[in-house]
Amino acid sequence: MVEMDGMRMVQTRAILSYIAAKYNLYGKDLKERALIDMYVGGTDDLMGFILMFPFLSAEDKEKQRALIVEKATSRYFPVYEKVLKDHGQDFLVGNNFSWADVHLLEAILMVEEKKSDVLLGFPQLQAFKARISSIPTIKKFLEPGSQRKPVPDDKYVETVRRVLRMYYNIKAN
Amino acid sequence: MSAKPKLYYFDGRGKMESIRWLLAAAGVEFEEEFLETRDQYEKLLQGGSLLFQQVPMVEMDGMRMVQTRAILSYIAAKYNLYGKDLKERALIDMYVGGTDDLMGFILMFPFLSAEDKEKQRALIVEKATSRYFPVYEKVLKDHGQDFLIGNNFSWADVHLLEAILMVEEKKSDVLLGFPQLQAFKARISSIPTIKKFLEPGSQRKPVPDDKYVETVRRVLRMYYNIKAN
Repeated sequence: MVEMDGMRMVQTRAILSYIAAKYNLYGKDLKERALIDMYVGGTDDLMGFILMFPFLSAEDKEKQRALIVEKATSRYFPVYEKVLKDHGQDFLVGNNFSWADVHLLEAILMVEEKKSDVLLGFPQLQAFKARISSIPTIKKFLEPGSQRKPVPDDKYVETVRRVLRMYYNIKAN
Repeated sequence: MSAKPKLYYFDGRGKMESIRWLLAAAGVEFEEEFLETRDQYEKLLQGGSLLFQQVPMVEMDGMRMVQTRAILSYIAAKYNLYGKDLKERALIDMYVGGTDDLMGFILMFPFLSAEDKEKQRALIVEKATSRYFPVYEKVLKDHGQDFLIGNNFSWADVHLLEAILMVEEKKSDVLLGFPQLQAFKARISSIPTIKKFLEPGSQRKPVPDDKYVETVRRVLRMYYNIKAN
């Protein structure tokens, strides 16, 4: 839940769309917005495989790790690689920095935490990662001491389970 | 590409149904291509029409759109069903997010085992009556207006009606105790474009059956067991 501009906003997608629109990271028109929504939908699906990861059993974690890497390298990364290759621009949509770029960088870094060399074979994404990481606000967020959170650990899992009384077993995809 | 939007999906509800509802509510005629065979799906894949190898896909305005939420947001904005400003849009997104979560429990229902179906039915009714319906009931009660947001018909109203009808299919008297929602359901159902969509012969799809499940499994080669929530 995010308290902002007199609202108590819930629903992750609603909050993200509001922020993107408010801070001009949502393209210049309806069609660019649609493209951003499509790309963000993809990276959201990809990160969805990672979201439940800390809650899985050790055995399921290994299976899920393989699934994450497989989805990333066969379904998602090739799409963004091709988008960047085809238009040759620095950013995914409309030659301008947008929410889609931020979301893709986040997804890349999260998948790399599961397999560090996952970008081998994706030269456009490697260059994209370097480019977007060097944007001053992003660079700052990537530095120690920022509000970026680390890879979830057992303590995080315990906290979520305790607070939400969510003790059932999460099943892998 | 024809002038009318063209929907690519199975001949059934799934994730495309909300899109059918919204187009219908906006009075937009659309065409459909139903996926029946694996071959059709592979042709679409090879043709590069499916960005993430998935359906729903909607051809419209020179785009091959995928990602249900992206498609719905585009349609809502294009046909002025997305509120008048950023804050109204945020509210619509919030409310739609809720009904989307609720309908998400129903999406997988046809794919569950008979035993899991009973458990899931109970879960759907519990979530509807304890988490979701009370919210919309209160919104309507508090402002006393006909529509959820901004005193104007919007995507949120269409989506809520769709959710109400779907939950009623699981428990027909589920709106007992929700007088605002009962009145809302009657009101929105009587809007001419919606009324037409609710009549037999429209492009609204029926409750999914075994044939639908078989088709999806066959086309997507999705033979694993879907687990209940």
